[in-house]
Amino acid sequence: MPEAPALLAVKELEAWYGESHVLHGVTLDVRTGEVVTLLGRNGVGKTTTLKAVMGIIESRTGSVRFEGKELIRLSSDAIARSGIAFCPEERGIFSSLDVKENLLLPRQVRPGGLDLDRIFALFPNLRERLNSQGTKLSGGEQQMLAIGRILRTGARLLLLDEPTEGLAPVIVEQIGRTIGALKAQGFTILLVEQNFQFAAALADRYYVMEHGRIIDHFAAADLKASTEKLHDYLGV
Amino acid sequence: MFEIFGIPSQALFGQLLLGLINGSFYALLSLGLAVIFGMLNVINFTHGAQYMMGAFAAYLLLQHAGIGYWPALVIAPLLIGATGVVIERLFLRRLRKLDPLYGLMLTFGLALVIEGLFRNVYGSSGLPYQVPESLEGGRNLGFMFLPNYRAWVIVLSLAVCLATWYGIERTRLGSYLRAATENPVLVRAFGINVPRMVTLTYGFGVALAALAGVMAAPIYNVSPQMGSDLIIVVFAVVVIGGMGSIMGAIVTGFALGVVEGLTKVFFPEASNTVIFVIMAIVLLVRPAGLFGRTG
Repeated sequence: MPEAPALLAVKELEAWYGESHVLHGVTLDVRTGEVVTLLGRNGVGKTTTLKAVMGIIESRTGSVRFEGKELIRLSSDAIARSGIAFCPEERGIFSSLDVKENLLLPRQVRPGGLDLDRIFALFPNLRERLNSQGTKLSGGEQQMLAIGRILRTGARLLLLDEPTEGLAPVIVEQIGRTIGALKAQGFTILLVEQNFQFAAALADRYYVMEHGRIIDHFAAADLKASTEKLHDYLGV
Repeated sequence: MFEIFGIPSQALFGQLLLGLINGSFYALLSLGLAVIFGMLNVINFTHGAQYMMGAFAAYLLLQHAGIGYWPALVIAPLLIGATGVVIERLFLRRLRKLDPLYGLMLTFGLALVIEGLFRNVYGSSGLPYQVPESLEGGRNLGFMFLPNYRAWVIVLSLAVCLATWYGIERTRLGSYLRAATENPVLVRAFGINVPRMVTLTYGFGVALAALAGVMAAPIYNVSPQMGSDLIIVVFAVVVIGGMGSIMGAIVTGFALGVVEGLTKVFFPEASNTVIFVIMAIVLLVRPAGLFGRTG
Protein backbone atom coordinates (compact mmCIF):
# COMPACT_ATOMS: atom_id res chain seq x y z
CA MET A 1 0.00 0.00 0.00
CA PRO A 2 1.48 3.40 -0.94
CA GLU A 3 2.06 5.73 2.02
CA ALA A 4 -0.48 8.52 2.12
CA PRO A 5 1.07 11.87 3.09
CA ALA A 6 0.65 12.67 6.79
CA LEU A 7 -2.21 14.99 7.64
CA LEU A 8 -0.55 15.68 10.97
CA ALA A 9 3.22 15.32 11.30
CA VAL A 10 4.69 15.85 14.76
CA LYS A 11 8.49 15.92 14.96
CA GLU A 12 10.76 16.17 18.00
CA LEU A 13 8.03 17.81 20.04
CA GLU A 14 9.26 19.00 23.43
CA ALA A 15 7.01 20.63 26.00
CA TRP A 16 7.28 22.13 29.46
CA TYR A 17 4.89 22.69 32.34
CA GLY A 18 6.61 25.62 33.98
CA GLU A 19 10.06 24.31 34.89
CA SER A 20 9.32 20.66 34.37
CA HIS A 21 10.19 19.19 31.02
CA VAL A 22 7.36 16.79 30.16
CA LEU A 23 7.71 15.86 26.49
CA HIS A 24 11.09 14.72 25.22
CA GLY A 25 10.99 14.68 21.45
CA VAL A 26 7.68 13.10 20.49
CA THR A 27 7.51 12.13 16.84
CA LEU A 28 4.39 10.71 15.28
CA ASP A 29 2.17 11.14 12.28
CA VAL A 30 -1.47 10.70 11.46
CA ARG A 31 -2.62 10.15 7.90
CA THR A 32 -5.89 11.29 6.43
CA GLY A 33 -8.78 9.05 7.43
CA GLU A 34 -6.89 7.15 10.10
CA VAL A 35 -7.71 6.56 13.72
CA VAL A 36 -4.43 6.61 15.61
CA THR A 37 -4.30 5.80 19.30
CA LEU A 38 -1.76 6.92 21.87
CA LEU A 39 -1.30 4.28 24.54
CA GLY A 40 0.62 4.36 27.77
CA ARG A 41 0.24 4.45 31.50
CA ASN A 42 -1.03 7.40 33.45
CA GLY A 43 1.24 10.41 33.42
CA VAL A 44 3.46 9.44 30.49
CA GLY A 45 2.54 12.48 28.41
CA LYS A 46 -0.39 11.40 26.23
CA THR A 47 -2.69 14.25 27.20
CA THR A 48 0.28 16.61 27.15
CA THR A 49 1.00 15.57 23.59
CA LEU A 50 -2.51 16.48 22.50
CA LYS A 51 -2.36 19.77 24.38
CA ALA A 52 1.03 20.63 22.90
CA VAL A 53 -0.23 19.89 19.38
CA MET A 54 -3.23 22.10 20.10
CA GLY A 55 -1.08 24.92 21.46
CA ILE A 56 -2.78 24.79 24.84
CA ILE A 57 0.65 24.19 26.32
CA GLU A 58 2.49 27.21 25.03
CA SER A 59 6.06 26.41 25.96
CA ARG A 60 6.93 23.85 23.34
CA THR A 61 9.50 23.35 20.62
CA GLY A 62 9.89 21.04 17.65
CA SER A 63 7.57 20.83 14.72
CA VAL A 64 3.84 20.26 14.32
CA ARG A 65 2.76 20.29 10.71
CA PHE A 66 -0.86 20.08 9.71
CA GLU A 67 -1.61 19.79 6.00
CA GLY A 68 2.00 20.81 5.49
CA LYS A 69 1.63 24.03 7.48
CA GLU A 70 3.82 24.63 10.53
CA LEU A 71 1.76 25.27 13.68
CA ILE A 72 4.38 25.34 16.40
CA ARG A 73 4.48 29.11 16.69
CA LEU A 74 0.71 29.65 16.49
CA SER A 75 -1.60 30.31 19.44
CA SER A 76 -4.25 27.72 20.21
CA ASP A 77 -7.08 29.77 18.70
CA ALA A 78 -5.15 30.04 15.43
CA ILE A 79 -4.40 26.30 15.52
CA ALA A 80 -8.11 25.58 15.99
CA ARG A 81 -8.92 27.83 13.08
CA SER A 82 -6.48 25.99 10.85
CA GLY A 83 -8.74 22.95 11.19
CA ILE A 84 -8.01 20.87 14.31
CA ALA A 85 -10.57 20.30 17.04
CA PHE A 86 -9.87 19.16 20.58
CA CYS A 87 -12.08 17.32 23.04
CA PRO A 88 -10.51 17.46 26.51
CA GLU A 89 -10.39 14.64 29.02
CA GLU A 90 -12.41 16.60 31.57
CA ARG A 91 -14.93 17.28 28.77
CA GLY A 92 -15.00 21.00 29.41
CA ILE A 93 -18.76 21.46 29.46
CA PHE A 94 -19.58 25.02 30.48
CA SER A 95 -21.92 25.29 33.44
CA SER A 96 -22.95 28.86 32.64
CA LEU A 97 -24.07 27.78 29.17
CA ASP A 98 -27.05 25.65 28.25
CA VAL A 99 -26.62 22.62 26.02
CA LYS A 100 -27.41 24.54 22.86
CA GLU A 101 -24.93 27.30 23.71
CA ASN A 102 -22.33 24.66 24.47
CA LEU A 103 -22.98 23.09 21.08
CA LEU A 104 -22.71 26.39 19.27
CA LEU A 105 -19.63 27.64 21.11
CA PRO A 106 -16.71 26.27 19.06
CA ARG A 107 -16.09 28.42 16.04
CA GLN A 108 -16.86 27.06 12.60
CA VAL A 109 -13.46 27.01 10.98
CA ARG A 110 -14.31 25.41 7.66
CA PRO A 111 -17.37 24.64 5.63
CA GLY A 112 -18.63 21.08 5.76
CA GLY A 113 -19.09 20.62 9.51
CA LEU A 114 -22.03 18.57 10.70
CA ASP A 115 -25.22 20.54 11.20
CA LEU A 116 -27.22 20.18 14.39
CA ASP A 117 -29.58 17.60 12.87
CA ARG A 118 -26.71 15.30 11.97
CA ILE A 119 -25.22 15.75 15.42
CA PHE A 120 -28.58 14.81 16.95
CA ALA A 121 -28.68 11.77 14.67
CA LEU A 122 -25.44 10.64 16.30
CA PHE A 123 -26.48 11.68 19.81
CA PRO A 124 -30.30 11.69 20.06
CA ASN A 125 -30.20 12.46 23.81
CA LEU A 126 -28.86 15.92 23.16
CA ARG A 127 -31.92 17.05 21.25
CA GLU A 128 -34.17 16.69 24.28
CA ARG A 129 -31.75 18.44 26.59
CA LEU A 130 -31.05 21.55 24.50
CA ASN A 131 -32.23 24.00 27.14
CA SER A 132 -30.68 22.25 30.14
CA GLN A 133 -27.66 23.68 31.85
CA GLY A 134 -24.59 22.01 30.33
CA THR A 135 -23.36 20.45 33.53
CA LYS A 136 -26.80 19.09 34.50
CA LEU A 137 -26.36 16.33 31.92
CA SER A 138 -25.24 12.85 32.90
CA GLY A 139 -21.58 11.98 32.40
CA GLY A 140 -22.37 10.11 29.20
CA GLU A 141 -24.47 12.94 27.81
CA GLN A 142 -21.73 15.42 28.66
CA GLN A 143 -19.26 13.31 26.71
CA MET A 144 -21.64 13.22 23.75
CA LEU A 145 -22.00 16.98 23.98
CA ALA A 146 -18.24 17.39 24.17
CA ILE A 147 -17.74 15.32 21.01
CA GLY A 148 -20.84 16.65 19.27
CA ARG A 149 -19.89 20.28 19.55
CA ILE A 150 -16.53 19.86 17.82
CA LEU A 151 -18.15 18.08 14.87
CA ARG A 152 -19.89 21.32 13.93
CA THR A 153 -16.64 23.18 13.38
CA GLY A 154 -15.72 21.61 10.06
CA ALA A 155 -12.36 20.51 11.48
CA ARG A 156 -11.35 17.21 9.89
CA LEU A 157 -8.78 16.24 12.50
CA LEU A 158 -10.18 15.47 15.94
CA LEU A 159 -8.03 15.09 19.03
CA LEU A 160 -10.03 13.04 21.54
CA ASP A 161 -8.67 12.69 25.05
CA GLU A 162 -10.02 9.63 26.89
CA PRO A 163 -13.59 9.82 25.61
CA THR A 164 -14.66 6.76 27.60
CA GLU A 165 -13.24 7.63 30.99
CA GLY A 166 -15.67 6.99 33.81
CA LEU A 167 -18.58 6.00 31.59
CA ALA A 168 -20.93 3.02 31.83
CA PRO A 169 -20.25 0.15 29.37
CA VAL A 170 -23.37 0.83 27.33
CA ILE A 171 -22.32 4.46 26.85
CA VAL A 172 -18.79 3.39 26.00
CA GLU A 173 -20.28 1.19 23.28
CA GLN A 174 -22.27 4.09 21.92
CA ILE A 175 -19.22 6.36 21.86
CA GLY A 176 -17.32 3.57 20.11
CA ARG A 177 -19.99 3.26 17.42
CA THR A 178 -19.95 7.00 16.98
CA ILE A 179 -16.20 7.18 16.51
CA GLY A 180 -16.52 4.34 13.99
CA ALA A 181 -19.20 6.32 12.17
CA LEU A 182 -17.04 9.44 12.19
CA LYS A 183 -14.19 7.48 10.72
CA ALA A 184 -16.48 6.19 8.01
CA GLN A 185 -17.43 9.80 7.28
CA GLY A 186 -13.77 10.58 6.65
CA PHE A 187 -12.78 12.20 9.93
CA THR A 188 -9.19 11.70 11.02
CA ILE A 189 -8.82 10.98 14.72
CA LEU A 190 -5.94 11.04 17.16
CA LEU A 191 -7.18 9.28 20.25
CA VAL A 192 -5.79 8.99 23.75
CA GLU A 193 -7.31 6.00 25.47
CA GLN A 194 -6.70 3.91 28.58
CA ASN A 195 -9.39 1.42 27.64
CA PHE A 196 -7.40 -0.81 25.34
CA GLN A 197 -10.38 -2.99 24.33
CA PHE A 198 -12.15 0.13 23.20
CA ALA A 199 -9.18 1.40 21.22
CA ALA A 200 -8.50 -1.98 19.66
CA ALA A 201 -11.87 -1.96 17.92
CA LEU A 202 -11.21 1.39 16.27
CA ALA A 203 -7.55 2.13 15.74
CA ASP A 204 -5.53 1.69 12.56
CA ARG A 205 -2.24 2.29 14.32
CA TYR A 206 -0.86 2.68 17.82
CA TYR A 207 1.89 4.67 19.43
CA VAL A 208 3.07 3.71 22.88
CA MET A 209 4.42 6.40 25.19
CA GLU A 210 6.59 6.31 28.27
CA HIS A 211 8.29 9.16 30.16
CA GLY A 212 7.32 11.75 27.58
CA ARG A 213 8.63 9.74 24.63
CA ILE A 214 7.23 7.44 21.97
CA ILE A 215 8.76 4.04 22.70
CA ASP A 216 6.95 1.85 20.21
CA HIS A 217 4.70 1.97 17.24
CA PHE A 218 2.69 -0.72 15.45
CA ALA A 219 -0.22 -1.19 13.08
CA ALA A 220 -3.54 -2.80 13.99
CA ALA A 221 -2.57 -5.84 11.92
CA ASP A 222 0.39 -6.46 14.22
CA LEU A 223 -1.69 -6.16 17.34
CA LYS A 224 -1.76 -9.91 18.03
CA ALA A 225 2.00 -10.22 17.67
CA SER A 226 2.54 -7.25 19.94
CA THR A 227 0.18 -8.25 22.72
CA GLU A 228 2.90 -9.44 25.04
CA LYS A 229 5.01 -6.31 24.61
CA LEU A 230 1.91 -4.24 25.18
CA HIS A 231 1.14 -5.96 28.46
CA ASP A 232 4.62 -5.06 29.50
CA TYR A 233 4.27 -1.44 28.50
CA LEU A 234 0.88 -0.90 30.00
CA GLY A 235 1.30 -3.12 32.99
CA VAL A 236 -2.04 -4.85 32.43
CA MET B 1 -49.10 66.90 51.98
CA PHE B 2 -49.56 63.71 53.96
CA GLU B 3 -47.35 61.79 56.34
CA ILE B 4 -45.97 58.23 56.38
CA PHE B 5 -44.64 56.94 59.71
CA GLY B 6 -44.60 60.54 60.85
CA ILE B 7 -42.43 61.59 57.93
CA PRO B 8 -43.76 64.16 55.44
CA SER B 9 -44.33 62.45 52.11
CA GLN B 10 -42.31 65.11 50.28
CA ALA B 11 -39.23 64.25 52.31
CA LEU B 12 -39.77 60.53 51.99
CA PHE B 13 -40.25 60.50 48.23
CA GLY B 14 -37.53 63.08 47.79
CA GLN B 15 -35.03 60.81 49.52
CA LEU B 16 -36.35 57.77 47.68
CA LEU B 17 -35.70 59.57 44.40
CA LEU B 18 -32.25 60.59 45.54
CA GLY B 19 -31.65 56.99 46.52
CA LEU B 20 -32.72 55.77 43.10
CA ILE B 21 -30.40 58.32 41.44
CA ASN B 22 -27.45 57.19 43.55
CA GLY B 23 -28.55 53.62 42.93
CA SER B 24 -28.45 54.26 39.18
CA PHE B 25 -24.79 55.17 39.45
CA TYR B 26 -23.99 52.37 41.88
CA ALA B 27 -25.60 49.91 39.48
CA LEU B 28 -23.82 51.16 36.35
CA LEU B 29 -20.45 51.30 38.07
CA SER B 30 -20.69 47.99 39.89
CA LEU B 31 -21.94 46.38 36.67
CA GLY B 32 -18.78 47.56 34.90
CA LEU B 33 -16.66 46.24 37.75
CA ALA B 34 -18.48 42.91 37.67
CA VAL B 35 -18.03 42.54 33.90
CA ILE B 36 -14.32 43.34 34.17
CA PHE B 37 -13.77 41.13 37.19
CA GLY B 38 -15.55 38.18 35.55
CA MET B 39 -13.37 38.24 32.47
CA LEU B 40 -10.03 39.62 33.68
CA ASN B 41 -10.08 38.62 37.34
CA VAL B 42 -8.93 42.16 38.01
CA ILE B 43 -10.54 44.43 40.58
CA ASN B 44 -10.47 47.61 38.54
CA PHE B 45 -9.52 50.32 41.00
CA THR B 46 -9.23 52.78 38.11
CA HIS B 47 -13.01 52.60 37.73
CA GLY B 48 -13.70 55.77 39.72
CA ALA B 49 -11.09 57.69 37.76
CA GLN B 50 -12.60 56.43 34.52
CA TYR B 51 -16.04 57.60 35.66
CA MET B 52 -14.49 61.00 36.38
CA MET B 53 -12.81 60.98 32.95
CA GLY B 54 -16.21 60.39 31.38
CA ALA B 55 -17.59 63.47 33.10
CA PHE B 56 -14.55 65.50 32.08
CA ALA B 57 -14.79 64.25 28.53
CA ALA B 58 -18.35 65.60 28.38
CA TYR B 59 -17.21 68.89 29.91
CA LEU B 60 -14.23 69.28 27.56
CA LEU B 61 -16.21 68.29 24.49
CA LEU B 62 -18.62 71.10 25.30
CA GLN B 63 -15.97 73.68 26.17
CA HIS B 64 -13.60 73.06 23.29
CA ALA B 65 -15.66 71.53 20.53
CA GLY B 66 -19.14 72.78 21.28
CA ILE B 67 -20.36 69.19 21.42
CA GLY B 68 -23.36 68.99 23.71
CA TYR B 69 -24.75 66.43 26.12
CA TRP B 70 -26.48 64.07 23.71
CA PRO B 71 -23.53 63.39 21.39
CA ALA B 72 -21.25 63.32 24.45
CA LEU B 73 -23.37 60.50 25.84
CA VAL B 74 -22.01 58.37 23.00
CA ILE B 75 -18.63 59.96 22.25
CA ALA B 76 -17.28 60.15 25.80
CA PRO B 77 -17.76 56.42 26.57
CA LEU B 78 -16.15 55.56 23.22
CA LEU B 79 -13.14 57.80 23.91
CA ILE B 80 -12.64 56.67 27.50
CA GLY B 81 -13.37 53.05 26.51
CA ALA B 82 -10.56 53.38 23.97
CA THR B 83 -8.18 54.51 26.70
CA GLY B 84 -9.27 51.38 28.56
CA VAL B 85 -8.31 49.27 25.55
CA VAL B 86 -4.87 50.90 25.59
CA ILE B 87 -4.46 50.27 29.33
CA GLU B 88 -5.38 46.60 28.88
CA ARG B 89 -3.00 46.17 25.96
CA LEU B 90 -0.11 48.03 27.55
CA PHE B 91 -0.36 46.94 31.17
CA LEU B 92 -3.05 44.53 32.29
CA ARG B 93 -2.24 41.94 29.65
CA ARG B 94 1.26 41.60 31.05
CA LEU B 95 -0.13 40.87 34.51
CA ARG B 96 -2.49 38.12 33.44
CA LYS B 97 -0.36 35.25 34.63
CA LEU B 98 0.54 36.90 37.93
CA ASP B 99 -1.30 37.13 41.21
CA PRO B 100 -4.48 39.27 40.87
CA LEU B 101 -2.99 41.57 43.51
CA TYR B 102 -0.71 43.01 40.84
CA GLY B 103 -3.70 44.04 38.74
CA LEU B 104 -5.22 45.65 41.81
CA MET B 105 -2.02 47.56 42.58
CA LEU B 106 -1.65 48.66 38.98
CA THR B 107 -5.19 49.94 38.61
CA PHE B 108 -5.00 51.63 42.01
CA GLY B 109 -1.80 53.38 41.01
CA LEU B 110 -3.28 54.41 37.68
CA ALA B 111 -6.26 55.92 39.47
CA LEU B 112 -3.96 58.03 41.65
CA VAL B 113 -1.93 59.17 38.64
CA ILE B 114 -4.99 60.05 36.57
CA GLU B 115 -6.71 61.91 39.40
CA GLY B 116 -3.48 63.75 40.21
CA LEU B 117 -3.10 64.86 36.61
CA PHE B 118 -6.65 66.17 36.45
CA ARG B 119 -6.27 67.97 39.77
CA ASN B 120 -3.10 69.64 38.51
CA VAL B 121 -4.79 70.93 35.40
CA TYR B 122 -8.30 71.65 36.61
CA GLY B 123 -7.93 72.19 40.35
CA SER B 124 -10.18 70.51 42.84
CA SER B 125 -13.15 72.86 42.81
CA GLY B 126 -15.99 71.53 40.70
CA LEU B 127 -16.76 72.68 37.20
CA PRO B 128 -20.41 73.22 36.27
CA TYR B 129 -22.16 71.28 33.49
CA GLN B 130 -25.65 72.26 32.48
CA VAL B 131 -28.62 69.95 32.28
CA PRO B 132 -29.47 69.62 28.57
CA GLU B 133 -32.20 72.03 27.55
CA SER B 134 -34.68 69.36 26.55
CA LEU B 135 -34.54 67.86 30.05
CA GLU B 136 -34.73 71.07 32.05
CA GLY B 137 -37.55 71.55 34.51
CA GLY B 138 -39.64 68.80 35.95
CA ARG B 139 -43.14 67.72 36.70
CA ASN B 140 -45.31 67.76 39.75
CA LEU B 141 -46.49 64.23 40.48
CA GLY B 142 -48.86 65.44 43.17
CA PHE B 143 -46.96 63.79 45.99
CA MET B 144 -43.58 65.14 44.89
CA PHE B 145 -41.69 67.19 42.33
CA LEU B 146 -39.74 65.07 39.82
CA PRO B 147 -36.95 66.83 37.91
CA ASN B 148 -36.91 65.57 34.32
CA TYR B 149 -33.18 65.03 34.19
CA ARG B 150 -33.21 62.81 37.25
CA ALA B 151 -36.01 60.71 35.83
CA TRP B 152 -33.98 60.35 32.65
CA VAL B 153 -30.89 59.19 34.58
CA ILE B 154 -32.86 56.45 36.30
CA VAL B 155 -34.50 55.28 33.08
CA LEU B 156 -31.27 55.33 31.07
CA SER B 157 -29.28 53.55 33.77
CA LEU B 158 -31.94 50.87 34.08
CA ALA B 159 -32.08 50.45 30.29
CA VAL B 160 -28.30 50.19 29.91
CA CYS B 161 -28.04 47.76 32.82
CA LEU B 162 -30.77 45.50 31.46
CA ALA B 163 -29.37 45.64 27.93
CA THR B 164 -25.96 44.63 29.26
CA TRP B 165 -27.50 41.81 31.25
CA TYR B 166 -29.40 40.62 28.17
CA GLY B 167 -26.30 40.84 26.00
CA ILE B 168 -24.27 38.73 28.40
CA GLU B 169 -26.88 36.22 29.53
CA ARG B 170 -29.01 35.75 26.42
CA THR B 171 -26.97 36.26 23.26
CA ARG B 172 -24.45 34.23 21.31
CA LEU B 173 -21.67 36.74 21.93
CA GLY B 174 -22.58 36.70 25.61
CA SER B 175 -22.23 32.91 25.68
CA TYR B 176 -18.62 33.32 24.46
CA LEU B 177 -18.08 35.76 27.28
CA ARG B 178 -19.57 33.46 29.91
CA ALA B 179 -17.61 30.51 28.59
CA ALA B 180 -14.35 32.46 28.55
CA THR B 181 -15.00 33.56 32.12
CA GLU B 182 -15.30 29.91 33.07
CA ASN B 183 -12.48 28.34 31.06
CA PRO B 184 -10.55 30.75 28.83
CA VAL B 185 -8.00 28.14 27.78
CA LEU B 186 -10.59 25.80 26.30
CA VAL B 187 -12.55 28.62 24.66
CA ARG B 188 -9.34 29.65 22.96
CA ALA B 189 -8.75 26.08 21.79
CA PHE B 190 -12.18 26.33 20.15
CA GLY B 191 -10.82 28.95 17.79
CA ILE B 192 -12.01 32.05 19.61
CA ASN B 193 -9.58 34.92 20.05
CA VAL B 194 -9.89 35.22 23.82
CA PRO B 195 -7.19 37.88 24.33
CA ARG B 196 -9.08 40.21 22.00
CA MET B 197 -12.31 39.49 23.89
CA VAL B 198 -10.56 40.34 27.15
CA THR B 199 -9.36 43.65 25.73
CA LEU B 200 -12.81 44.57 24.43
CA THR B 201 -14.45 43.52 27.69
CA TYR B 202 -12.20 45.83 29.64
CA GLY B 203 -12.92 48.60 27.16
CA PHE B 204 -16.64 47.98 27.57
CA GLY B 205 -16.51 48.03 31.36
CA VAL B 206 -14.56 51.28 31.24
CA ALA B 207 -17.06 52.73 28.75
CA LEU B 208 -19.86 51.95 31.22
CA ALA B 209 -18.00 53.91 33.89
CA ALA B 210 -17.52 56.81 31.47
CA LEU B 211 -21.20 56.74 30.54
CA ALA B 212 -22.07 57.01 34.22
CA GLY B 213 -19.67 59.95 34.39
CA VAL B 214 -21.42 61.80 31.57
CA MET B 215 -24.79 61.14 33.20
CA ALA B 216 -23.46 62.44 36.51
CA ALA B 217 -21.95 65.63 35.10
CA PRO B 218 -25.18 67.71 35.23
CA ILE B 219 -26.11 66.42 38.69
CA TYR B 220 -22.83 66.63 40.59
CA ASN B 221 -20.05 69.01 39.75
CA VAL B 222 -17.38 67.78 37.36
CA SER B 223 -14.33 67.44 39.57
CA PRO B 224 -11.18 65.28 39.73
CA GLN B 225 -12.17 63.58 42.97
CA MET B 226 -15.79 62.84 42.04
CA GLY B 227 -14.80 59.26 41.24
CA SER B 228 -12.83 58.47 44.37
CA ASP B 229 -15.70 59.70 46.55
CA LEU B 230 -18.15 57.40 44.84
CA ILE B 231 -16.04 54.35 44.13
CA ILE B 232 -15.54 53.38 47.76
CA VAL B 233 -19.30 52.96 48.12
CA VAL B 234 -19.44 51.11 44.80
CA PHE B 235 -16.86 48.61 45.97
CA ALA B 236 -18.99 47.99 49.04
CA VAL B 237 -21.97 47.46 46.70
CA VAL B 238 -19.95 44.95 44.69
CA VAL B 239 -18.92 43.08 47.81
CA ILE B 240 -22.54 42.91 48.93
CA GLY B 241 -23.83 41.79 45.54
CA GLY B 242 -21.06 39.29 44.94
CA MET B 243 -18.13 39.78 42.57
CA GLY B 244 -18.77 38.77 39.00
CA SER B 245 -22.56 38.43 39.14
CA ILE B 246 -24.18 40.63 36.50
CA MET B 247 -27.74 40.69 37.79
CA GLY B 248 -26.39 40.84 41.34
CA ALA B 249 -24.51 44.05 40.55
CA ILE B 250 -27.60 45.68 39.04
CA VAL B 251 -30.11 44.70 41.71
CA THR B 252 -27.73 45.45 44.59
CA GLY B 253 -26.80 48.81 43.09
CA PHE B 254 -30.37 50.05 42.90
CA ALA B 255 -31.43 48.44 46.16
CA LEU B 256 -28.62 49.93 48.19
CA GLY B 257 -29.23 53.36 46.70
CA VAL B 258 -32.81 53.12 47.96
CA VAL B 259 -31.74 51.76 51.35
CA GLU B 260 -29.34 54.65 51.71
CA GLY B 261 -32.07 57.13 50.77
CA LEU B 262 -34.50 55.66 53.29
CA THR B 263 -31.86 55.74 55.99
CA LYS B 264 -31.49 59.46 55.35
CA VAL B 265 -35.17 59.86 56.18
CA PHE B 266 -35.50 57.62 59.19
CA PHE B 267 -32.07 57.72 60.78
CA PRO B 268 -29.98 60.40 59.03
CA GLU B 269 -26.95 59.87 61.27
CA ALA B 270 -26.40 56.42 59.77
CA SER B 271 -26.90 57.33 56.12
CA ASN B 272 -23.19 57.53 55.35
CA THR B 273 -22.37 54.23 56.97
CA VAL B 274 -25.41 52.07 56.34
CA ILE B 275 -23.94 50.48 53.19
CA PHE B 276 -20.75 49.57 55.02
CA VAL B 277 -22.71 48.11 57.91
CA ILE B 278 -24.64 45.96 55.43
CA MET B 279 -21.36 44.99 53.81
CA ALA B 280 -19.95 43.84 57.13
CA ILE B 281 -23.06 41.78 57.85
CA VAL B 282 -23.07 40.21 54.39
CA LEU B 283 -19.39 39.37 54.70
CA LEU B 284 -20.10 37.59 57.96
CA VAL B 285 -23.15 35.69 56.76
CA ARG B 286 -22.47 35.17 53.06
CA PRO B 287 -18.84 35.95 52.23
CA ALA B 288 -19.41 35.34 48.50
CA GLY B 289 -22.04 38.09 48.41
CA LEU B 290 -25.80 37.92 48.05
CA PHE B 291 -25.68 36.82 44.40
CA GLY B 292 -22.17 35.37 44.32
CA ARG B 293 -21.43 31.76 43.58
CA THR B 294 -19.41 30.09 46.23
CA GLY B 295 -16.42 28.01 45.29
